[in-house]
Amino acid sequence: MATPTLSIGGLKTWFFTDSGPVKAVDGVSFSVMPGEILGLVGESGSGKSITGFSIMGLIDPPGRVVEGSIVFKGEELRGRSDAAMRTLRGNRIAMIFQDPMMTLNPVLRIDVQMVEAVLAHRKMTRSQALALAHSALERVGIAAPGERLRAYPHQMSGGMRQRVAIAIALLNEPDLIIADEPTTALDVTIQGQILFEMQKICAESGTSLIWITHDLSVVAGLADAVGVMYGGRMVEHGTVAQVLESPRHPYTQGLIASVPQLEARGQPLRQIPGAYSPLVNVSGCAFAPRCERALPVCQTEPQLAATADGRLLRCHNPV
Amino acid sequence: MSAPTSLAGFVSAYRKSTSATLAAIVLLLILAAALLAPVLSPQDPYDLAQLDLLDARLPPGSPSGDGTRQYLLGTDAQGRDMVSAILYGLRTSLVVGVCATLCAVAIGIVVGLVAGYFGGRFDALLMRIVDMQLSFPAILVALILIAILGQGVGKVITALVAAQWAYYARTIRGVVLVESQREYIAATRVLALPVTSVLFRHLLPNCMPALIVVGALQVASAIALEATLSFLGVGLPITEPSLGLLIANGFTYLLSGKYWISFFPGLALLVTIMSINLVADQLRDVLNPRLRVD
Repeated sequence: MATPTLSIGGLKTWFFTDSGPVKAVDGVSFSVMPGEILGLVGESGSGKSITGFSIMGLIDPPGRVVEGSIVFKGEELRGRSDAAMRTLRGNRIAMIFQDPMMTLNPVLRIDVQMVEAVLAHRKMTRSQALALAHSALERVGIAAPGERLRAYPHQMSGGMRQRVAIAIALLNEPDLIIADEPTTALDVTIQGQILFEMQKICAESGTSLIWITHDLSVVAGLADAVGVMYGGRMVEHGTVAQVLESPRHPYTQGLIASVPQLEARGQPLRQIPGAYSPLVNVSGCAFAPRCERALPVCQTEPQLAATADGRLLRCHNPV
Repeated sequence: MSAPTSLAGFVSAYRKSTSATLAAIVLLLILAAALLAPVLSPQDPYDLAQLDLLDARLPPGSPSGDGTRQYLLGTDAQGRDMVSAILYGLRTSLVVGVCATLCAVAIGIVVGLVAGYFGGRFDALLMRIVDMQLSFPAILVALILIAILGQGVGKVITALVAAQWAYYARTIRGVVLVESQREYIAATRVLALPVTSVLFRHLLPNCMPALIVVGALQVASAIALEATLSFLGVGLPITEPSLGLLIANGFTYLLSGKYWISFFPGLALLVTIMSINLVADQLRDVLNPRLRVD
């Protein structure tokens, strides 16, 4: 079996506030193979984004990665110096943000920003870097890249800006891209196009992709594997077919049931009762207070365990 | 609503105010007059050979003793043509004001960027120094420094810089704090761009609108501060008279009715500072989208 691009084990990232530690990420494990697309799903505050930033080594105080391992291509990233991390960031590991309006500097032309991103990591001439930028824009499906390179961000539409942001991530041909809800701000047709491009790029270049989202339909269309997070923990992890078609964790099931359906017109939307409160450090299963299937045993913390069909599940009373 | 993005948009937004447009024209004329002082001046006010003591303290419009020309704005106690003295004085005042502002801006930019971007204890330390600096009146800081350093163009500029850099540092830091929260700065971290590039290429251009506004206002106050120092006799040496020094020279004659020796340099100073302030006000309105009402 090939080495995974990224393998995370028991990752815990806590924020030490005056009112005690906030366990934003509290035991997350998964791995991504080359060319694989992992969808990381969960509601706001479930620790998806913090997981991404932990991998990048960009957790600011009072936050800290307190436990676990982050192995990138067989190499442990925890404990690496900032200088060593800088050689990976933007180079071997790239990140794409949620809001395409904001990730580009409004006062700099696209070519300046792209060339800079290349030259920060590679020794080459400006014109070589520009050629690289040109081909990266082509790869994400931007028409007339030469013209676009000389434009300012405000001269582009939202979809085009997000393509540029993706092109910047692709510039140095990274092994891993972490995309933090990058299509949330886009309309559905543009989102579809970008998802298609991303899938193609990953398949062609063997780049691994972690797609952080709260949108299950995106995961269904894009990802190979899916990890569902709740309260900073991975609660269910398996292939898209396993998890989305036959969810076994009550939270995954609730999440899928909450997606509005066309067939259910006129019916009240399903929702999961209660709300996630990250400041409450429950001793047992984090989802138990909202769970319809909660048992007395749920007061003790369930462990992530493999089930018969090969998925990973953290539940005492699975569906 | 956003700040204008093109030069043409900027110009048309600026021209909506008639007084600001007039002020800009006046300011350009003043700058041209100051630059061309050696060409425009009827005499070289510093060349003692050209001065005639017999022409001293002539009122405006008087002919010179030898009948070769007229003193349009009169002469001072040494028989110096006031038009020439004002043009040269204007030049000195503007050079000192602009140089001091540029130096103060440079220091303020570095301190503000570093403090705002890195934050933490370093930021706290720098900003306490800024607070301390701003708690003294600028004139006091300048006076103390002049007392220590002595007179001279360079020393006056140093004193002005010391009195003013803190304004820029604080302004820049404020903008950096806001901009640092924006995702494009997070993106620079994710791309692992060099710190100097983040500071000077990504943050600095976004600070420019604020910097232009504060800079324009502070040029005016630098000129006023220099005039004050010179008026008090601790500013520029008598061999390089600025407007402040010219006002001081005529001050003693005011009560005896020879108003023109002080009045005209004072008027020149007033018009200069007022036009700079009007231009700066309009720049602030145009460049700050939050204040714009269309």
